Amino acid sequence: MSEQRQKVHPRLRFDAPRVDMSHGAGGKATHKLIEGLLLPALENPALAPLSDAAILPFGDVRLALTTDSFVVRPLKFPGGSIGELAVNGTVNDLAVSGAAPLALSAALIVEEGLETEVLKREVEAMARAAGRAGVAIAAGDTKVVERGKGDGLYVITTGVGIADPEIELSAASVRPGDKILCSGTLGDHGAAILIARGDLDLEADVLSDTRPLTTLVEAIKDAAGAGLRFMRDPTRGGVGTVLNELARDSGCGIVIWEERLPIREVVQGACEILGIDPLYVANEGKLLAVVAPEAADAALEAQRSVEGGEEAEIIGEVREEPARMVVMHTGFGGTRMIDMLVGDPLPRIC
Amino acid sequence: MKYVKEFRNAELARAVAAEIATLAEPGRHYKIMEVCGGHTHTIYRHGIKDLLPDQIELVHGPGCPVCVLPMGRVDEGIDIAERPEVIFTCFGDMMRVPGSRGNLLEIKAQGADVRMVYSPLDALRLARENPDRQVVFYAIGFETTAPSTALTLQRAKKEGIENFSVFCNHVTIVPPVRALLDSPDLRLDAFIGPGHVSTIIGCRPYEFMPADYGKPCVVAGFEPLDILQSILMIMHQLAEGRCEVENQYARVVPWEGNLAALRSMAEVFELRPYFEWRGLGFIAQSALKISPAYSYFDAELRYSTPGVRVADPKACQCGEVLKGVLKPHECRVFGTACTPEHPLGALMVSSEGACAAYFNFGRRAKEKVGATE
Repeated sequence: MSEQRQKVHPRLRFDAPRVDMSHGAGGKATHKLIEGLLLPALENPALAPLSDAAILPFGDVRLALTTDSFVVRPLKFPGGSIGELAVNGTVNDLAVSGAAPLALSAALIVEEGLETEVLKREVEAMARAAGRAGVAIAAGDTKVVERGKGDGLYVITTGVGIADPEIELSAASVRPGDKILCSGTLGDHGAAILIARGDLDLEADVLSDTRPLTTLVEAIKDAAGAGLRFMRDPTRGGVGTVLNELARDSGCGIVIWEERLPIREVVQGACEILGIDPLYVANEGKLLAVVAPEAADAALEAQRSVEGGEEAEIIGEVREEPARMVVMHTGFGGTRMIDMLVGDPLPRIC
Repeated sequence: MKYVKEFRNAELARAVAAEIATLAEPGRHYKIMEVCGGHTHTIYRHGIKDLLPDQIELVHGPGCPVCVLPMGRVDEGIDIAERPEVIFTCFGDMMRVPGSRGNLLEIKAQGADVRMVYSPLDALRLARENPDRQVVFYAIGFETTAPSTALTLQRAKKEGIENFSVFCNHVTIVPPVRALLDSPDLRLDAFIGPGHVSTIIGCRPYEFMPADYGKPCVVAGFEPLDILQSILMIMHQLAEGRCEVENQYARVVPWEGNLAALRSMAEVFELRPYFEWRGLGFIAQSALKISPAYSYFDAELRYSTPGVRVADPKACQCGEVLKGVLKPHECRVFGTACTPEHPLGALMVSSEGACAAYFNFGRRAKEKVGATE
C-alpha cells in the first residue's frame, strides 16, 4: 500500500517558515505538513499509509493503533462536550479501520484555574462514552499549564484495538462501479461548534453528531461482507476532504450527486449565511463507506436499520474518470469539481 | 430550504435554458460579462455553464473586492497589523491575500494580533472591550459593504470610541466597468449587473451602459435561477433589438437604491481622485476615502501610511483575466506557479475570484464527467 501511494503522488516539501492556522485545518496545507515534514522524518511502513489507525502485526493478530488530540472551544457545546468527543473520536478511528477497541489511554492538559466542576464533568463524560463503546480507559496522564497557555482543557486519547482478520480495507481496493455510502447528515458537528462560539449571533438548533460508530460499522460489515472496500470517519475537513483523499489514493474518479447529500436544513441555512460549504464541515459521528455495487442495497438497508444511520444515503459512486478528481452533479443540473481546501473555509465577504 | 430551494429548481432551470437556446442566433457567439464576483461563484458552484449553449460565453468581471486590491494596500495593512498595540480585524477572505512579503495569516503566526470578523461592528465591539489597544478594521468592498463601515464610524463617533480606526479600501463599481468598456481589446455583448451593490446604488447608475456604449445590462440576484433568468432577459433584449437596463432582482433591488445607506456613505466618505486596481491600473474617482468630518478614525492618517505602490509579480496576468481578455486557465501561471495554496494573484484566493472558482470548481474537461446518474 505504501509503495502504491508513492507512485500515485510525488513527495511534497514543507517550505513554510512557520506553522500557521491553515496547517491545522485538515486541507491541503495540513497534508503538506504531514507528508512534507512529519512522514519523511518518521518514515516507517506502519505510518506510511496515513490511514485512521496503523495496523501492526503482532503474533497471530493484527493490532490497530491510533491517537488524536482534542482542542475544541467551547468545551461544552449543544450535543456533546470535549470529553465525550475525545473518546468517540479515537473509538471511531479504530472502528473505521475495521478494529474492535481493546483499550484507550487519555492525557489531560489542564489550564490553571479550570473549575473542578468542569473537569469532573468532562472526566465523567469520558467514562460514559467509554462505557457506551464498551472500552476501558486503561492508562492516563495529567499536566497543568499556566493560565493563558491552554483553552481550559485539552484531551489526547490513544486507542489500541484488534483488526478484524476477515476484512481488508484500503483505498487501493476501491474500483470503478463501487458505491459511496454516507451514514447520515453532513456538517452537524462543525455547524454546532460555529454557532456555539457565539461570534455570529446566529441562533439555531443544531446538535453535534458525536457518537461511537461501532454499531454502524458492525452493521455494514455484516451486510456487505467482502464487498466492503473502504471506511472513513469524515471529521476535520469533512466529506469533501475524505473523498479527495480517496480519489487521490485510489487513482479513480469520484462522482457525487448534490440531491442525495443528506444535509439538515438548519445546517444548510447556517452555511449559506456564512458562505461555507457543508461538504467541508466537520462530522463526529458519520461513517463514509465504499462498497461493491452488488452489496450497496444491503449495506444501505443495514445502515438505516441501526441507531444513528436512519438518514443514510448512497451519495455517489466511483468511476474511471475523471481520474483522481471528485466531481459533483449539482441539484441545478450542472457539474462542478470538489477540490480539497487549502486551509479553513474562509467566509466570503458578500 | 425555504426561499433557497425555489431558486435552485432543476426543472425550471431546464425550461429557462431551453428558451435561452431558442433565442441564440445560429453562428453568433455571445459574450456576456458578470460584473460581480458573487455571480462568478454561483456560476461555478452550480455548474451553470453546463446548461448554456456553447455559443454563450460568460466572462468574469472585476467585481471581487478582494481580487482588485493592489499589493501595496495589502502591504500597508500588514505594516499596521504588525504594530504591537494593534488588534487588526478583517473579513475572512482577506486572510490569505498575498502581499509582497506574505499574507495576514502568516504574520499572525509571527505574533501579530489579527482577527477575523463578520462585520465592522464586531471590530468596534473589540475596541470597546480592549480600551488599552488600538483596533483597526481593514475595510474592503464595493458599495455593498461601504454602508456598514459608514454606520460603524457614525456609531464610533457618537460613542466617542477613540481606540478605533478604519483602513479604507472601499471601491465603487461604475468607474471600473466604464474603464473596461473603454478598453479596446474587449468585445462584450451585454452585462449581468451586480445585485448586492445595486441594493444600495439602485439601477440608475448603469444607464450609461446602454446609452453611451450600446450594451444591455440586467441586474441579477445570486441564486442560479436568478442568473439564468437574467441571461434570458439579455437574450430577449438582443433578439428584439432592445438595449436597456432591466432589474431581474426586483425582489431586493429598488430602482432608486437605498437612500438611507447612501446618505450615511455621503457623510462618512468622499471620492478619492484616483485609486489603483490590481491588473487594471489607476482609475479616476473609483474609490472612497474617509471624509474630513471622520478623519480622526482614518487609519491612513493615524499610522501615516506611505502609499507605496508595489508592482504585481511579472508572471501574473490578473489584469487580462479581470478584463475578461483571458480565461483563468489561459494565464501563463494558472495551476502551476499560482494555485490556491500559493496564490500569486488575489484572483486565486477569494472564492469569488475567477481563478479560484475555476480552479476549485471547473478545472476539468466537461466531456469527461459523463452522463448523470
